[in-house]
Amino acid sequence: MGLLSKKDAKLITDPLADNNPITIQVLGICSALAITAELKASIVMSLAVLFVLAMGNVVISLMRNIIPPKIRIIVQLIVVAALVIIVDLVLKAYAYELSKTLSVFVGLIITNCIIMGRFEAFALANGPWRSFLDGIGNALGYGIILIIVGFFRELLGSGTLLGFKVLGDSIEKTGVYAYGYENNGFMLLAPMALITLGIIIWVQRSRNEALIEDN
Amino acid sequence: MAKNTESNVYTVLFATGMVLIVGTLLAFVSSSLKDKIAENKRIEKQQNILYAMGVNDNEEGSVNFVPKNKVAEEFSKYITKQLVITGTKAVEDNQAYLIDLKKEAAAAKDPNYKRRLPLFIGDKDNQEYYIIPVRGKGLWDAIWGYVALDKQLVIKGVYFDHAGETPGLGSNIKERFFMDDFEGEHIMNGDIFIGVTAAKGNADPKNLNKTDFKVDAIAGATITGDGLSAMLKKDIAMYIPYLKTLKQ
Repeated sequence: MGLLSKKDAKLITDPLADNNPITIQVLGICSALAITAELKASIVMSLAVLFVLAMGNVVISLMRNIIPPKIRIIVQLIVVAALVIIVDLVLKAYAYELSKTLSVFVGLIITNCIIMGRFEAFALANGPWRSFLDGIGNALGYGIILIIVGFFRELLGSGTLLGFKVLGDSIEKTGVYAYGYENNGFMLLAPMALITLGIIIWVQRSRNEALIEDN
Repeated sequence: MAKNTESNVYTVLFATGMVLIVGTLLAFVSSSLKDKIAENKRIEKQQNILYAMGVNDNEEGSVNFVPKNKVAEEFSKYITKQLVITGTKAVEDNQAYLIDLKKEAAAAKDPNYKRRLPLFIGDKDNQEYYIIPVRGKGLWDAIWGYVALDKQLVIKGVYFDHAGETPGLGSNIKERFFMDDFEGEHIMNGDIFIGVTAAKGNADPKNLNKTDFKVDAIAGATITGDGLSAMLKKDIAMYIPYLKTLKQ
C-alpha cells in the first residue's frame, strides 16, 4: 500500500474480520438486530454510521487533550448528538427524500455503542488521522455484518432484495413459490437476527483459530 | 501552560463552554435551514394529497410522487377546492392544506374549541374526489396519511406515512403492496360508517372482497396496523356528517 503505512492500513483492515466490532467486540448489536429486516435499511444505516463515526472520531481526537476526564462520556455524547442533528437538518433541507429514509436511524446512531466504544478506546488516545482511519475501518466492519444479516433476512423473510421480488411473487405463486416454497416470516423478527448473527460468529470462529479463547 | 484537566473549576468551565458552542452552532444551523425545510414539507404535503387521488408517477411496485418542480401546477390543476369544515359549515380556504392536524387535535381537547377540519376536493377525469387527511399513533411515533374517497364514499386511493415505525415491518404502511389494497374498499355499510381495518388472519390475502371493511395486515406490524385502523376510523368519522350533506 503506497497511500497508507502498514500500521495505518491495519486500522482499516483489522475491524473488517479479526477485530470486527460486532462479531468480536460485540458492540452495536442493538441496531444490528433492530434494522436488518431489509437490505436497504442496513445499507443506509451503515453509511450513516460511517459518516458519524469517522467525523466523531476526528473531533474527539482533536479535543482529546482538553476534555476533562470526569465528564468525557457526556462530552462524547454531545459530539455525536450534535453531529447527527446537523447531518439530519442538512439532509432535510437539501435531500429531503433521503432524510425521510434516515429518520428512524438518527436516534439509533446516537445510541450506537460502536461510536462510544471507538471514542473511548481509540480517539481519546490517538491522533486525528489515525482516528479517522479507525472510524472508517470500524464502520465498514459494522456495515459488512449488517449487510450480510440484512441480505439473508430480507431474502428468506420477504423473498425480496432491495424491494425486488427475486424469488417470484408469493401471492400469485410464481417463481420458487410455484414449487411450494414459503417465506419464513420468523426471519423478519428480532430473534432470527440474533440467530443469523450467531451463525456468522460461529462460521468466523471455526475458520480462524486465533479467535478461540482458552477456557 | 499545562492544564489541570482534573480540577472541578476546569470541568465546569469546559462543560459550560461546550454547551454554549454546541448550542449556538445547532441554533444557527437550524434557523438558517428553517425556511428550506418548511418549503420541503409544504411541497411534500401537496405531493401526498395528489398521490392519494391517483396523481403520481408510480411505476411497477414503487411509490413515485409528481416531480417537485411540477407540484404547484398539478396541485392547482387537480385540487379544485380546499375547504375548512367547522361543525357542518364549510368555508373555502386555499391554505387549508397547511392546517396542522396535530395542533388541531390538541386544541380540540378544550370542549369550547371548534375543530377545523381540512377537506380537499379533487377532480380527475371528470370524477370528483374527497381527500381527507388523517393522523394517528403507530407503535413508536406518529403516523398520518391522506384518504381519497369518491362520491359514493368508496376509497379510491390512500397515502400513508410515518415518523419512525420499525423498518421492514411497520414502515411498510407506505409501501405499494399495502396502500394499493385500500383501493375500492368500502367504508360505509349503507348509511352507517364502519371504516377499514388492517386485519390479521384475513382470509382474503388477494383482497378480492371489497365490502368486508378489511385489508390484509402486515405481518409483524400488529400495533402499527391497529393504530392505522383506529386512525382511519376516528378521523374519517369526523367528516361523515359533512360528506353526507354533499351526497344529497
